[in-house]
Amino acid sequence: MSHISPVLWQFLVNWLKHFAIFPPEASTIAPYADALYFALVGMTIVGMLLVGTMVTFFAIRYRKSNHPQAIQMEGSTLLEATWTLIPLGIFLVFFVWGAILYFRIFNPPANSMQVYVVGKQWMWKAEHPGGQHEINALHIPVGIPVQVTLISQDVFHSFSIPAFRVKREAIPGRYTTVYFEATTPGKYHLFCTQYCGTDHSAMIGWIYAMRPDDYRKWAAGNTSGASLAQNGERLFAVMGCNACHAGNSQARGPNLYGLYNSRIRMTDGTTMIANDAYLREKILNPSLHVPAGYVPIMPTYQGQISEEGLIDLVEYIKSLDSNYRLTQMMNKSELNSAQPAPIGGANQGPGAAPLPGATKP
Amino acid sequence: MDSQAYASATDTLPAEHGHPPFLRHHFESVSQQREAANFGMWVFLLTEVMFFGGMFCAYLIFRNWYHPAFVAGSNTLDITLGTTNTAVLIASSFTMAMSVYAAEIRRRGMLMFFLACTIVLGFVFLGIKGVEYHQKFVDHHVPGPSFSIEEFVHPSNPKALALTPDMAEKTQLYFSLYFLMTGMHALHMIIGISLLFFLLWRAYQGAYTEGHVMPIENFGLYWHFVDIIWIFLFPLLYLISRYR
Amino acid sequence: MSSTIISLPDQTTARLPRKSYLNQEYGLKSWLLTGDHKRIAILYLISITFFFIIGGILAGLIRMELLTPAADLMATDTYNKVFSMHGIIMIFLFLVPSVPATIGNFLIPLMVGARDLAFPKINLLSWYLYVIGGIFILAAMVLGGVDTGWTFTTPLSTHYLNTHVVTAAMGIFIAGFASIFTGLNFIVTVHRMRCPGMTWFRLPLFVWGHYATSIIMILGTPVLAITLVLVAMERLFDIGVFDPTKGGDPLLFQHLFWFYSHPAVYIMILPGMAVISEVISTFSRKRVFGYTAVAFSSVAIAVFGFLVWEHHMFIMGVSQYSALVFSLLTMLVAVPSAIKIFNWAMTMYQGSITFETPMLYAFGFFGLFTIGGLTGVFLATMGMDIHLTETYFVVAHFHFVMVGGMLMAYLAGIHFWWPKMTGRMYPEAISKLAAVVTFIGFIVTFFPQFLLGYLGMPRRYAAYPADFQVLNVFSTAGASILGIGYLLPLFYLPWSLIYGKIAGDNPWQATGLEWQIQSPPLTENFVEIPIMDHEAYDYEWLANKTQHEVQTVG
Repeated sequence: MSHISPVLWQFLVNWLKHFAIFPPEASTIAPYADALYFALVGMTIVGMLLVGTMVTFFAIRYRKSNHPQAIQMEGSTLLEATWTLIPLGIFLVFFVWGAILYFRIFNPPANSMQVYVVGKQWMWKAEHPGGQHEINALHIPVGIPVQVTLISQDVFHSFSIPAFRVKREAIPGRYTTVYFEATTPGKYHLFCTQYCGTDHSAMIGWIYAMRPDDYRKWAAGNTSGASLAQNGERLFAVMGCNACHAGNSQARGPNLYGLYNSRIRMTDGTTMIANDAYLREKILNPSLHVPAGYVPIMPTYQGQISEEGLIDLVEYIKSLDSNYRLTQMMNKSELNSAQPAPIGGANQGPGAAPLPGATKP
Repeated sequence: MDSQAYASATDTLPAEHGHPPFLRHHFESVSQQREAANFGMWVFLLTEVMFFGGMFCAYLIFRNWYHPAFVAGSNTLDITLGTTNTAVLIASSFTMAMSVYAAEIRRRGMLMFFLACTIVLGFVFLGIKGVEYHQKFVDHHVPGPSFSIEEFVHPSNPKALALTPDMAEKTQLYFSLYFLMTGMHALHMIIGISLLFFLLWRAYQGAYTEGHVMPIENFGLYWHFVDIIWIFLFPLLYLISRYR
Repeated sequence: MSSTIISLPDQTTARLPRKSYLNQEYGLKSWLLTGDHKRIAILYLISITFFFIIGGILAGLIRMELLTPAADLMATDTYNKVFSMHGIIMIFLFLVPSVPATIGNFLIPLMVGARDLAFPKINLLSWYLYVIGGIFILAAMVLGGVDTGWTFTTPLSTHYLNTHVVTAAMGIFIAGFASIFTGLNFIVTVHRMRCPGMTWFRLPLFVWGHYATSIIMILGTPVLAITLVLVAMERLFDIGVFDPTKGGDPLLFQHLFWFYSHPAVYIMILPGMAVISEVISTFSRKRVFGYTAVAFSSVAIAVFGFLVWEHHMFIMGVSQYSALVFSLLTMLVAVPSAIKIFNWAMTMYQGSITFETPMLYAFGFFGLFTIGGLTGVFLATMGMDIHLTETYFVVAHFHFVMVGGMLMAYLAGIHFWWPKMTGRMYPEAISKLAAVVTFIGFIVTFFPQFLLGYLGMPRRYAAYPADFQVLNVFSTAGASILGIGYLLPLFYLPWSLIYGKIAGDNPWQATGLEWQIQSPPLTENFVEIPIMDHEAYDYEWLANKTQHEVQTVG
C-alpha cells in the first residue's frame, strides 16, 4: 500500500503505533481494579451469550414458517424467581467486591507520604511538603503510598490517573483525598475528568513515577528552599495568628502543639477530630464549631488566604505534632534507605502541652 | 369493520343519562369527570410538595450547619406581622371552604361573597408580606450586593444576639432561603388570586351554582395547600428560638 | 380454530375510513387548538423530530471534532457549547418526551378504552409549554450557546460562565412542566378513565410502563424545576446556596440535580420497555411471559429509581457508608431490568415469530439494552466506578441505554403504530434495511467508547492525547453509518403517508383495544365505549373474534 499513497501509509503506521486498548497497570490498586473489570466483562459476556442464545434460538426454532401456531402460556413463578435471584446474587457479589476496592482506594495507610494538589481553571498545582511546587505535573516515588489531598479554588475538577485506576473530585471548599502506590516507574497521564469550562481538555498533565533515589534527586534539585511548613510558619506570623495562639497560658487561643489528629470536645458536647478539613474550616469559619472552654473571638480569614496559603498553614500546624513529623520522617528514610532513619523528632513529642479539652485518640 | 367499536353488540351502558352542559364529551358520567378532576388536583399537589421539598431540604441542611445565624436572622423578622398573616391566611381558607359550601348549596350570591372575601384576604396577606419585604430591604437584609451583616455583628437592639463576623455572613443564606420560600409561596398566592378573579367572574355568570361544583372544589384544594405551605413556613422561618 | 385466521389481512381490500381524526376538521387552527390526544401526539411527533434533527446534527459535529486529537474543527469553547446543547436538546427535548408524549399520548386513551386523556386542555398546554421551552433553549443556542454541559454543575454554571445559562435553565424549567402535565394526565387517565371490565391486570404492559414513568415525572421533575430556579437565583442575585465561599454547598446541587436526573433516565427507558413488551408479544403471537412480573418490575424500577441518585457522586467526597447504601440500592434496581429481559425472551418461546421492522428494532433493543444495562453494573460497583466515572465508558453506557435502548424502542414503536396513526403502511424492505443499518452503525459508534473509557479518556474533551485516536476514528465512522440509519425513516415515513399501502384496522393481528378500531381512529376513538371481557394479549380471543366476523360478515 505504501506505493499507492505514501501519505496515507505513513498516517496508517503512525496511527497503529498510537493504538492502545488497555491502559498500563502502574499502581498497587491497578491489578485489583483490573481483576474486578475482567470479572464484570465476563459477567457481561455470559449475560449477552445467554440472552443472545435464547433470542436467536427461539427466533429460529419458533419462526412462523416452522411453528405456525403459538402455544399460549402464563408465566412461571419458578423460572421468574430463578432469574430474579441469580442476577441479584451475582450483582451482590459485585457490590461487595466493588465496596472492598472502594474502601481500599479511599482509605490510605497511616504512613503514606503527603502531597497537596490544588485544582484551578485550568491547571493542577501540586505541592510537596518539602517545598517542591509543580504545575500540571506530579513527581512521586514508586513503592511508597502517596496520599493526595485535593481541593479546588474555583469549580469542580477531577483528578484522574487512569494508569493507577484512581480518580477523585477536587471540590471547592472542602478537602478530598485519594491514595495510590505506584509500582512501575514511568510517565503517566493525568486528566481533569470533571467538566470545568473552556480549557477543560487542556487541564492535563503527567505523573512521573520515579525510583526512590531518582525521586530524592529530583526533590533535592527542585525545592523552592522553604518547606510548606516553613511557609506556613511565616504566614502564621504575618497574619498575626501567634498573637492569640501563642502557646502559653495567657494566650487567648488554644495551643496548637500536638493538636493535629487529636479529638477535641466542643461547647455543645460533641467531639471532632482535628484533621486537615477541621483546621481549614477553623481558619475560615472559626465560630462554626467552638472548642469547649473558648469563646469564639477569632476573626474569619475567608477571602484573605489562598488555598495554597491554607495548605501551608495546615501543614505548619501538622508539623507541630510530633507523630505526624515522625511519619513524614519515616517516609523520607524509606526513600533514602542507604542512611539510617533519623528519629530525633520523637523525643520532644510528649513535651508539647496538651490542649484543654483535647485528648489523644 | 371500519368505524365500529368492537363492543357495540354487548353495550350495556344506559343510553339516557341526561348530559348536563358542563359534562365534557370524553367523560362517561358526571361522577367520572368529578373524580378525575379531583384526583388530578391531588396529583398536582403532590408535584407541588416535591417542588417545595427541594427548598425545605436546603433549609434543613443550612439550618443544621449555621444554627446561630438562623436564630439571629429569624429574630429580625416581625413576629406580629407574621402571626397576623398566618391568621389572615387561615381566615381565607375558611372563606374558601365557605365558597365550596355555597356552591354546593347552589347560592350564587353567597358564593360570590365568599370568593370576594378570599380575594381580599389574599391581597391583605400579600400587602403585609410587601411591608415585611420592604422592611428587609431598608435593613439591607436582602441577599445580593447591598446585603450588610452590620446588624448582626453590632446589633443596634441590645436584646439581639451578636454574631461573630463569619457566622454573621451565614445570615445571608438564611435570608436567601427566607426570600425564596416566602417568594415562591407568594407567587402561588398571586396565581391563586388570579384564578379567584376568573372563578368570581364565572360564578357571576352562574357557572358553579348549577351542580358544577368541581372547579370551586379543586381550587379550594389548591388554596388550602398554599395555606398549609405557609403553616410550615411560619414556624420554620419566624419561630426559631424565640423563647429567649 | 385454524392457524390461517391469525395471518396478516389482505391489504388489497382494505380501505381508508371515510371519517377519522385526521380529516375531522381542516386548517392550522383545528390542529393548534385541538383537544384531541391523537392530534396533540402528532404535534409532539413533529416537534420532537425537529429537535432530534438539531440534536443529531450537533452529535455529528461532536464526532467530527473528535476525529483528530487536536481541537481543530472548532475552538474548545464552541465544542463545549456543542456538546452542552446536544445533551440538553437530546435529553429534555427529545428523550424525555419521545415515547410518552407521542406514542403514549396517542395510545393510552385507546388502550384503556377512553375517548381522550382526562384533561385534554392540559394536554394541549403541555405541548405549548414544550414548544416554549424549546424556543427558550433554541434562543440560548442562537444567542451564543450554553457551555455548562447538560448537568449545570455549580459553581461553574453560577459564577464562572458568561453564557446564556439562565435562558437555557428557563427553557428546561418550562419543558419540565410539559413533562409534569403529561405524567399527571396519564396517571389520572389510568386511574379514572378505564373502560368497563378493564381491571388493572388487564391493562396492556404499555400502560403499566407509562404509569410507572408518570410517577417519576410528577415526583422528580418538580425537584429539577426548583434546582434550576436556585441556579438562576444564584446567577442573578448571588444568593449563595451553592457557593462555598458564602457557606453554601455545591454538593447540595449535585444531590438535588441527580435526585431528578437519575430517575429521569428511567423516564427515558421505561416507555421504551413498554413499547418492547407490545412488539415482542405481537410478533410472537403470544401473551407476554409473566405479565405480572413485567408489570411490577416497571413500578419497581420507578420506585427504586428514586433511591439511587448518589451513585453519580461516589468520588465526590460523600460519606463512604452512604456510598455503600446507594451502591447496594443500585444493584437492586438492576434486577427488575433483568427480569424484563428474560421474560421477553421467554415470550418468544413456543411463539410463532415473524420479523417485521418493529420486531427487528426490538431485537436491536435486546442486544444493546442488555449491554447497556450490564455495563451499568460496572458503574454501580463502587471501586470500578472510581476508574470509569466521568470517562467515555459512562458516555458509551448511557448511549447504549438511551440511544441503543430508548431510540430503538421509539423507532420500533413508531413503525409498529404507524399504520394506526396514519392508516398506511411504511415500506417494509427499506425500513428493515434502516433497522439493520442503525444497529450496525450504533455498535461501531459506541462500542469503541467502552475501550476508550477504560483507557481513561475523559468526557467532554475537545482535544485528547494521540493514543486515543484510532478508537475515536472508529467511533466517528460508526456515527456516519448511524446517521444514515436515522435519515432513512425521515424520508420513507413521510413518503408512506401518500404512497404507503392502506393498512386496514389490524395489520399485525394484535390484541390491544387500539387495533380493534379503524385506522386512523375516529376523533372520539370509539363509537361506543368498549367493554373489556378478556385478558390482555389474549390471542385466542382475537382468533375467535376474527372467525366470528368471517362467519357473520364474510
